[in-house]
Amino acid sequence: MNTSASDGLSVSQLVIKYGEVTAVDHISFTAKPGRVTVILGPNGAGKTSTIEACEGFLSPTSGTIQVLGLNPFLQRKQLNRLMGIMLQDGGIYPSARVGELVQQYCALYGNGVDANALVARVGLQDVATTTYRRLSGGEKQRLSLALALAALPKIIFLDEPTSGIDVNGRDLVRSIIRELRDAGCCVIVATHELDEAERIADDVLVFHRGNVVASGTLHELRSGREEIRFRSHSLIDVHSLSTTLGYTVEQTRQSEFTIAGTSDSRVIVQLTDWAKANNVDIGDIGAGSQRLDDVFRRLTAEPTT
Amino acid sequence: MKLLRVQLACELRVLARNGEQLLLILGIPMLLLSFFGNVDILPTGDQSSINFLLPGIIALAIMSTAMVSLGIATGFERSYLVLKRLGATPLGVPRLVLAKALSVLLVEIVQVILLVGLAFLFGADLDALNVAKLILAIALGTLAFSGIGLSLAGRLRGEVNLAAQNALYLVLLLVGGIIFPLQDLPSWLQWVGRITPSGALTDVMRDVFSATATYGASSLVILLGWAIVAQLSAFKLFRWN
Repeated sequence: MNTSASDGLSVSQLVIKYGEVTAVDHISFTAKPGRVTVILGPNGAGKTSTIEACEGFLSPTSGTIQVLGLNPFLQRKQLNRLMGIMLQDGGIYPSARVGELVQQYCALYGNGVDANALVARVGLQDVATTTYRRLSGGEKQRLSLALALAALPKIIFLDEPTSGIDVNGRDLVRSIIRELRDAGCCVIVATHELDEAERIADDVLVFHRGNVVASGTLHELRSGREEIRFRSHSLIDVHSLSTTLGYTVEQTRQSEFTIAGTSDSRVIVQLTDWAKANNVDIGDIGAGSQRLDDVFRRLTAEPTT
Repeated sequence: MKLLRVQLACELRVLARNGEQLLLILGIPMLLLSFFGNVDILPTGDQSSINFLLPGIIALAIMSTAMVSLGIATGFERSYLVLKRLGATPLGVPRLVLAKALSVLLVEIVQVILLVGLAFLFGADLDALNVAKLILAIALGTLAFSGIGLSLAGRLRGEVNLAAQNALYLVLLLVGGIIFPLQDLPSWLQWVGRITPSGALTDVMRDVFSATATYGASSLVILLGWAIVAQLSAFKLFRWN
């Protein structure tokens, strides 16, 4: 699909410095309309600084940002009419009531969005007269999402949209994100939750130490890195097993192991034979592309000292 | 206009739900006026207690609304990222500032009506009231105190700002000649009180209500100075996020 800068988000050679500290170091990327772009990265990777610059809250040290073809810092007024944002936390006065607040934001945007319908859409109709301070964490997130939706946005920035939300609430948020995407909105999601990213992302950007260390579709990031995964509570000599199988075996987590570089069923047979011969219990064997959390861990791994 | 109206309604709604703020802007001034206006314990000279108190209490009410109430609310809005979130709507900074200014002005009109009405009930003599000067005094006082309040709110954390605003309120109440005549304070404190915004506004208000200003036009000049300096300070120090 052909897209231009005026359709979505385009960041070029962006640098953001706080005094001597460089938070974002010459990054470039694009996010297309009608797609969900998920920004991943550990704390301090530069995600928030980049998003705040895209939202117009922060003036970049250098580089250019085009949001729907507008400079977010210099053309904020025009952009505010087209952009929805969801802060990770706060942004709402504790004594504000849900229904009144959504009404206020609908009136501020003036797009004809029905406030009551919007409250119902995010599942807050039962707490419409409740003050913000009395809402649960998940309800607060959904209210923040409703305020972003009041803009009828062409582009929306969602910071940790499912954080603290229960299973049903997450389903609701995911369905809203899909609706936005299908309506042609450019959806940018920043999250730490890799499972969530795997469920909603079309495109993924991985930030690390102020740089974009990987970008592409979810499929692209995961493909070309086949692996076999298994669990074992036994003590496994991974070096010995690596030698036996001819592939590198790593313990990725407590009781979790991966055989990198293959998903061949013959290697699985070799593995089970080795386990039987060495009286090692193994289970939950799976094969295929690397999971996003493994990709993320590999890309953002700190060198061990 | 519609956006301004929407935000103004929100500002007034938040204020109306805040019991502490209502106590500060209405409860305390009315209580002080009612109590000290009806007991003869203040050294008010030839004036009745209620006639002496009314100008100072109106100055106090303006200080409560324009400095403490506005400053504390804005400080917390800044801490809670409310200002940041509103900054990403079509509202815009000028309308937000105007909505806050109008909400302060509306509250002050209510305060003046209630306090003057209460004083009238307690037998205050309002024959010398100069309405034009009253409007000027309210405008200058509001500019001075809102500038101070926003300067603190724009830099301090929410809780620290709350404490600082309340402490300053108490100091300005005590040294501003609001309850006790400035002349009855030690001479060095009289000078301090005279150049404070509360002292200057109280003296200007005495001129407004009974043409009994102690320091004459100099108080108006001091108040004008505070209005300019405080607004410049707020412009320089205030941070939205």
